[in-house]
Order: sequence, then structure tokens, then C-alpha cells
Amino acid sequence: MIINHPLLGPRDASEFTYLGDASLINRPDWQSDTAAAEFHDYLYLRDNPAGTHRELWFHEQGDRSWLVVTRDTLTHEILATELARDVARKTGRGK
Amino acid sequence: MRYSALAIMRQVLNGHRGWKPAWRDPEPQSSYDFIVIGGGGHGLATAYYLAKEHNAARVAVLEKGWIGGGNVGRNTTIIRANYLLDGNQPFYELSLKLWENLEQDLNYNAMVSQRGILNLCHTDAQRDAYRRRGNAMMFTGSGAELLDAEGVRAMYPFLNFDDARFPIKGGLLHRRGGTARHDGVAWGYARAADQRGVDIIQNCEVTGFRIENGKLLGVETTRGYIGAKKVGVAVAGSSGRVMAKAGMRLPIESHVLQAFVTEGLKPVLDGVITYGAGHFYVSQSDKGGLVFGGDIDGYNTYAQRGNLPVVEDVAEGGMSLMPMIGRARLLRMWGGVMDMSMDGSPFIDHTGIDGLYFNGGWCYGGFKATPASGFCFAHLMATDRPHDVATAYRLDRFRTGRMIDEKGVGAQPNLH
Repeated sequence: MIINHPLLGPRDASEFTYLGDASLINRPDWQSDTAAAEFHDYLYLRDNPAGTHRELWFHEQGDRSWLVVTRDTLTHEILATELARDVARKTGRGK
Repeated sequence: MRYSALAIMRQVLNGHRGWKPAWRDPEPQSSYDFIVIGGGGHGLATAYYLAKEHNAARVAVLEKGWIGGGNVGRNTTIIRANYLLDGNQPFYELSLKLWENLEQDLNYNAMVSQRGILNLCHTDAQRDAYRRRGNAMMFTGSGAELLDAEGVRAMYPFLNFDDARFPIKGGLLHRRGGTARHDGVAWGYARAADQRGVDIIQNCEVTGFRIENGKLLGVETTRGYIGAKKVGVAVAGSSGRVMAKAGMRLPIESHVLQAFVTEGLKPVLDGVITYGAGHFYVSQSDKGGLVFGGDIDGYNTYAQRGNLPVVEDVAEGGMSLMPMIGRARLLRMWGGVMDMSMDGSPFIDHTGIDGLYFNGGWCYGGFKATPASGFCFAHLMATDRPHDVATAYRLDRFRTGRMIDEKGVGAQPNLH
């Protein structure tokens, strides 16, 4: 698989380490009253779709950036790549 | 028809014209007492033990393709009971006991061969860990022997003992482990279940569940609605997809594991060798091919194929352990889709929906579990109580802090 890095251009997927579902960016609030239940769902439960899947890839052998890669789990086709930083900022994080 | 030497002789005399199909091809009935979704090893075994152990009469197996065409047809055929933790080892020991009597029980040649499994160790710490694991195995009667380097050399002189990074310091030998023919297991269970009246319905995909007020009434399929008192899902690899139709999210990601087979060679390897440091395992099939595999590809996928970097990684592992393997031509490779659970251990449990049961999360170790998985799942579905050796395989174990983290890597399915 070739991952089209937003800053560095096309890179081989073997330069990256995979973490999992991109929803892992959205860490629950530990001070919430329902934090235990929210962390259980966050840590363990997955949608695990067959088809389009947004996921986190770490460019460990490169610039050490985190990417959100949108990939089809049935065909391995990569549909989009974004910097995880930009994705998080779009949701109002890290201002 | 029971298979026997006499039955074969009779067929020889009439020119082999009297063989019958090994199982029927029935039309689905409008309702059943038990429906098992998934016609793989686990699903067929569940149906067989429902009929045999619990006298269930109205049982159906629904399979979207053909039976045995999923993961049970895509593995490296190893059977073993060499686990460490209480939640696991008694279960796999039950499985091994069922394997030992499987062919007599099913009247089918599944080519079960207890040729022994050797786990190599490469450091003092790993040897200590194997000593502990071996003790845990002996507690359940599975048997274990700790070999030193000379003991390993006497068995397999061709291994690379003086590897600079991972010199072989010994190994844990599990003599009762071995291999079985995967297709034979699926076909044997199918035939034996069919003879006990189980309807095996192929080309019948479950497209939805009919659930009212938290109670399951039946399943929607490509061959119409089928009512059921109890439905068990055993579709490892596709668990996420199927359970999503019942509105459930699981502690599972689907990943692909590749396996490889070389051209047929003369007998060179009579047992199974595993090489944990490089993650590589190898055995030789009765046809002569070296069958081996390594790590999962490590990202979510439902494509039943892998990528080349992992092929290279597995080949490197093989070459570093067993340099002569480089002379063998690779004949073919395949990818199976694995239910990678969050702690590397499986689930056999109620779902919280009345009448719906779940079996999955076998990671890449489902084949050896086939008999006990079917046995315990049938027990759960028939009696609504977990079998004694499968009480830890709960879906809520992450919520209650009772993980079975055999490999100690936490909630990281791509690391198990």
C-alpha cells in the first residue's frame, strides 16, 4: 500500500505503524460522571466496518507525524490522508 | 453409511458406484429450535454437539457460501494446548482431548496427527517463562517437557543454533500437540451433524435479525425469514459485520493473517516448530509442503489477501531459523480474516439479547479450539449456562476487569 502523506508525498505503508480506529483521537473526559463507561467503550469497542474505515497511522520511519488515513477495508484502496493534528483541530481541539 | 474397511471393499467390488453425498442439501424450514450462523469448523461443531450432547432435534446451520470455505479452510492446521492462564488452558486441554477421539467419534478421517510441537527459546528469561508455562500445562494434564539446546539439536539438527541475535537455548516440547486436516474437520463435523438430523443450509446469507422487546424471534436470510428459539453466531472473521446487524459493537477488530506453503519436499520435519522471537511457525504437511506463517498484517481488513512486506518479514523469520528453507519454492499463500479481540482471547457468551449467543474473537488460534468451541457453545445455547472450562470467555470482561491477557499487551488487537 502507498500512503499519500500530506507533507511528504507518496510513502510505502511499511514506513508506518498502525494504531487503529481514528476515533481513538477523541479521548473521553476523565472528569465526566460516566467516565468509566466512556473509557470502556473508547478503549475496547469498535465499529469494525467492512468498507470505508478511518484509521490512525504513525510515520515512525519518517517524520513521526500521525495521519488519519481513510481506507477501504475490502480493497485496501486509500481514499484520503490527513494530518491527525488537522483532524483534531477541526473538532476544536488544541487551540 | 458408516465408513469402514468393509464399506470400502464393497465399493471396490461394485466399481465405486455406490458412494452417496456425505450430507444432504435440505431446503430451510420455516423455524428451528436452534440456528447456528456460520458453516465453518466452530459452527458445524456447535450443531453436531447440540444434536449429540443435548439431543436437539431441530437444528440448522446457515452458511452464506459453502461450508468450510472461510477461516477453517485458511489456516496452518495446528492443534495444541500450551497456554498459561487459568481462563484458557483447561479449555484448550478439553479441546485436545476431543481432538484425540475426534475421528472415532465422527467416523471420519480428519488426519489428526500428534506429532509434537516445540516452542523454541532464545534467552534465559524466555526459558524461565517456558518453565512456568510448562508447569501450568502439566497442571491440566497436557504434558510438557523442557529441552536444552542439545535436546533440540537431537530432534532438529538443521536449525540455526548459533544465530547472533536469537541463539537457540532450548525449547518447550508439547508432545500431544500436532496437526489435523482442516477440510477433513469441517467435512467430518458436517457429515456427523447431518446424520443426527442437522439441516446444513449453504448459500444462505443472514441479512438481519428480527428482534422484538429485546427478544430474538428469528433471522432474515437471502432464502427468506427463518424463525428460531435460539440463535448462535459463529462467524469468526466476520463477527463485527454480522453482530452489527443486531446493533452490537464488539471488542474486536478484523485483521488478516497470511500463511504459506512450499512445493512438496521429502520428509524433513516430523513435528511443528515455533519460533517466538522472530514469530514464525512451520510444519510439514503429509503431502510434503512446508506450511508456515508469522505475524498478522496488522491493520483492519476484510480482504482475504495480505501485503508483500509481511511476506518478506515471514520469509526473513524462516530463513533466520531454518536457512535451508531458502532452497524451497513457495507454492502459494493465502490470507484469512481474523477476529482480533482486545486481549487476544475469545468469547463464548450470551449477548444480552434474549435468545442470541455469540462465539468469536478467536484471533489467529481458532482452529485448535474447534472441538471445544463447538462443545462449549452448544452447552451454553442448550443450558443457558457456560461450560465449566469456558466461564471466562465473557463479552463484558473488559468492563469488569477480568481480561485474559495471555500475551500481556493489553487492549491492542494488532499486537496479539
